[in-house]
Amino acid sequence: MKFKGALREFKRAGLPAYMCLAGGTILFVIILISLLAPFIAPYDPISSVDRPLLPPSRKHLMGTDLHGRDVYSRIIYGGRVVLLISALSVAISLTAGVPLGLLSGYVGGILDRVLSLVMDSLYSFPGIILAIAIAAMLGSGNLLNIAIAIAVVYIPMYFRMVRGQVLSLKESLFVEAARAIGASDITIMFTYILPHILPAIVVVLSLNVADAILTEAGLSFLGLGVNPPTPDWGFDLRDGKRYLPSGYWWLITFPGLMIIIAVIGITLLGEGLNDLFNPRLRES
Amino acid sequence: MAGLRAFIISRILLTIPMIFILLTVVFYVLRMMPGDPVIAMLGEKASPKLIEEMRAKLGLNRPLIYQYIDYVIGILKGDFGKSTWTQRPVLQEILDRFPATLELAIFATLISLGIGVLGGALAAYRENTVIDLLFRIIGIVSYSLFIPWFGMILQMVFSVKLGLLPLSSRIDPLLRPRRITGLYVIDSIITGDLKALESALAHLILPSVTLGIVLSGIYIRLTRNNMIEILRQDFIRAARARGVGESTVLVRHALKNTLIPLLTMMGLQFALLLGGAVLTETTFSWPGMGTFLLERIDYRDFPAIQGTIVFYGLLVALVSLIVDIFYAYIDPRIRY
Repeated sequence: MKFKGALREFKRAGLPAYMCLAGGTILFVIILISLLAPFIAPYDPISSVDRPLLPPSRKHLMGTDLHGRDVYSRIIYGGRVVLLISALSVAISLTAGVPLGLLSGYVGGILDRVLSLVMDSLYSFPGIILAIAIAAMLGSGNLLNIAIAIAVVYIPMYFRMVRGQVLSLKESLFVEAARAIGASDITIMFTYILPHILPAIVVVLSLNVADAILTEAGLSFLGLGVNPPTPDWGFDLRDGKRYLPSGYWWLITFPGLMIIIAVIGITLLGEGLNDLFNPRLRES
Repeated sequence: MAGLRAFIISRILLTIPMIFILLTVVFYVLRMMPGDPVIAMLGEKASPKLIEEMRAKLGLNRPLIYQYIDYVIGILKGDFGKSTWTQRPVLQEILDRFPATLELAIFATLISLGIGVLGGALAAYRENTVIDLLFRIIGIVSYSLFIPWFGMILQMVFSVKLGLLPLSSRIDPLLRPRRITGLYVIDSIITGDLKALESALAHLILPSVTLGIVLSGIYIRLTRNNMIEILRQDFIRAARARGVGESTVLVRHALKNTLIPLLTMMGLQFALLLGGAVLTETTFSWPGMGTFLLERIDYRDFPAIQGTIVFYGLLVALVSLIVDIFYAYIDPRIRY
């Protein structure tokens, strides 16, 4: 009975619910493939297993690359690096952006002015170019450095959203009530205001994951990502670019498709969540 | 108009600290870059004495704070320093590359606006039909398209397999027109060089279509939502009641009213356009600012990297200033 009720609820929510379901499924499958990579991949992703540049066949579903490595196996393993770096960068943006936004909005005054100005400057700058500059400065090749380079770009997204919400919430009656019964500022910020912002944070987070994957792929494609021979979608795409004029289409088609499928999945999930949580914002 | 002037002045004053923050962050952040530019210049085997001399010549042995003050004063005077790789003034090198990026950006914007306005208007007119759904899907997919992949697939199909369009670069090197504006399309029209014009346009198609389609999603969505709102309003019903033709209602009445939000969105999208251009340029070996930046990162050419990033930042600040002023001019409510 409970299941049927949930099903009816789901159908009533309509398109957004289906978007969430489709996006969530895509994301789940990609995570699963990445986790189970050693069991799914037919070959070792970083060693030569056959003649180079073989077209897709039954033996090598997506062909082999210049070094005779199996493209299919590299793609399965590639998700690991991409997901790891993206998750790491999102975690960093979140843990920096949310508390800063809370603090800035709640405290106000000169702190708020300065922080807002810095965040607005960061926010207005082209994201990928900022990530390029930071990755070049920190030195690429290291997972954490790449994650930091991507994370810095998206801190302002959380900051601006949280700060805006805090500004509109901090004069509410429930905050005043909390203050009247003697709750400290920290308590008010984290246990009274933060829960109200959570749905909006989830929406920003899902969009952030999609952007982070695109930025990670971009950095790798530009040669500022992980070091070879680590399998990585963006880097494999860069590798395949050299052989494009010779018509080796399988070297570029498959890694790029994976990036796009992952991003579409997360975007669908994010858009669906946005429609479910913030129905009023649908038009914007 | 006094309100407008006050708004413009305060808006310009607000831009100054933003630019200052940018300059400071770029300077200190790039000083943390691993690798020594002098060693990158002279090679690993250079003698310590030579390295020391070069350092002194470039001013790299002075305290950081003096280097910083020199750099800020230099930029205010329009001096971005000298490249440690080519010894040429950085600003000159950037300005050599800027027209290529500008040309790509202009054509990509035209394409994304064209697709966005047509698609959005069509989706709004056929609201909640298959066409509407189709454009919503295109909106999501276009946003998710990874530029280098999409560009390479187009290269593979239209250049490698079909041989219809050139694979990469900006123009046939033998046909390069005399430099007037640096925009090859304009220059070849001015000089009346049809062959150069043809080559420039052929080279432009794939990169600008790539970038244009990727950026079109937001315009589709914006046009659609605005049009739906407007099509429901009384003056549209009144126009239809008066017997005004359907196409006139759509173009003259409805589309005209979505232009201002579109222009605002173009301003907001400008940073995305510049970022996307970097990836597009790399994919198509387009000799713009993006390929310049990446090339100089390889050579550890600090002044060039620093200058390019500052230049990008100034461009963004300038465009957002112009958009805000334009918007305040159109809509007086913004000024107060």
